[in-house]
Amino acid sequence: MEALVKKRIQQVLKGDKNAFGDIIELYKDKVFQICYRMLGNRHEAEDIAQEAFIRAYVNIHRYNMEYKFSTWLYRIATNLCIDRIRKRKPDYYLDAEVPGTDGLNMYSQIPSEGKLPEEDVESMELQAMIQREISKLPEKYRAVIVLKYIEELSLNEISEILELPLGTVKTRIHRGREALRKQLRYV
Amino acid sequence: MSDKEGEINMSCSTKIISYMHQYLDEEIEEENLKELKQHLDQCEECATHFHELKKTIALVQSTSHIHAPMNFTENILDRLPEEPKRVRVKRWLRHHPMLAAASLFLILMVSSLMSAWNQDHQFSVSKQPNILVENNTAIVPEGETVKGDIIVRNGDIKIEGQVEGNVTVINGKKYMASASQVTGEIKEVNEVFEWLWYHIKKTVTDFTELFSNDDMKDKNSLPAI
Repeated sequence: MEALVKKRIQQVLKGDKNAFGDIIELYKDKVFQICYRMLGNRHEAEDIAQEAFIRAYVNIHRYNMEYKFSTWLYRIATNLCIDRIRKRKPDYYLDAEVPGTDGLNMYSQIPSEGKLPEEDVESMELQAMIQREISKLPEKYRAVIVLKYIEELSLNEISEILELPLGTVKTRIHRGREALRKQLRYV
Repeated sequence: MSDKEGEINMSCSTKIISYMHQYLDEEIEEENLKELKQHLDQCEECATHFHELKKTIALVQSTSHIHAPMNFTENILDRLPEEPKRVRVKRWLRHHPMLAAASLFLILMVSSLMSAWNQDHQFSVSKQPNILVENNTAIVPEGETVKGDIIVRNGDIKIEGQVEGNVTVINGKKYMASASQVTGEIKEVNEVFEWLWYHIKKTVTDFTELFSNDDMKDKNSLPAI
C-alpha cells in the first residue's frame, strides 16, 4: 500500500490532481474518524478532515518520502483538530460536548414501531455516551487515546505523529486511561 | 470519589498502578507481571481498578468504525487550488506538440510586430536627400523628384513634386498638390490591424524577393534607364 501511495504522490508532485483523489479515497475514513473522535461532531469533523487533505495537497512537496505517508497525514489532521479545540468559544465548547446527537436524533425520531431493534438504539446511546466522555478529556490526552484505541496505532507511530518523545506519549496514555476510567467506571 | 482514589493510591503503591499501565502497553517485564498478578489476587481495590481500566479500553474500542460522509473526495477535489499554470502548460505541450509549435510561432510573430508598433511612436521618414521636414510633416517640394519608396511614420506628408515609387503613411495623412505625381501606390495605414496586415504583406513580399532576387534586380534597374 505504501508503494502505491508513493507512486501516487510522485504523480501529484508532477501536478496530477486526480492522483490525489486516489490518496483521499485510501485515507478518508481514517482521517475522518480521527477528526470525529477528537471533535465530537460530524459537521466539524468533515470540515477539519477536508482541510487536512487540502493542506496535505498544498504542502505535498514538504512530505519526506522516507517516512510513512499516513504518519505525516495524521499529524496534519491531529494538529488541525487540536487548533480547532483550542479556538472554540466556551459556549460552543459546551455545545460540542453533546456529540453524536445528530445520529441519535435521527434514530430517536423513528416511531417506536419502526424497524430498528431496541438493542441497536441502546448501542447507539452507549456509543454516543462514550464519545461524550472522550470529548471531555483534555485534548492532549484525547489525541493519544484516539490514536491508540480507535486508530490502533503503535506507541512509536503516535510519538512520530504528535512529534513527542515516546515517554511523554506513554505518560499521556496512562493519564488518559485513568481519566476515562473514572468517567466510565459506572457504565 | 476522589477521596477513595486517594486511598487506593495510599494503600497500594503507585508502583502497582504503573505496572497495570505497563501491562496494558504490553511492555511489562516478567518479574513485575508476577508481582502484579500476586497483588491483584490479594487486593480487591486494585483488582477493581485494573478491571475498570480494561473495561474502559474495551468500551473505547467498541465505538463502531465510522465512515467519511458521501462525496467527501469530490468535495475536496473541487476545493483544491488550481494546478500551477506551469504544470498545466507543460501537460498541454506534451499532449499537443504540433499546436504548441504553431502557437509559439504565432506568439513570436505577433509579439515582435507589436513591439515594433510600440517602439515607433516617433516621427520618422525614409531618408531621401530632397525631402524636407517641418513639424512632423514630410514635404516633397515642388519641382523636385524623389526616387524610391517613401515611408512616413507618425506624421503627415505633403506631396508637391514627383515621387518615383510607393508612398506609405503610417499614423498620418497625405496631402497632395494638384501638380504632384506619384508613380507607385499611395497607402495610408492608421489602425493597428491595417498596420499589421501591411507588415505581414511586406514580410511576405520581402520573402519572395529573397527567392527571386535576380528578377527583382532586373526590374529595379528598369526605371533608371
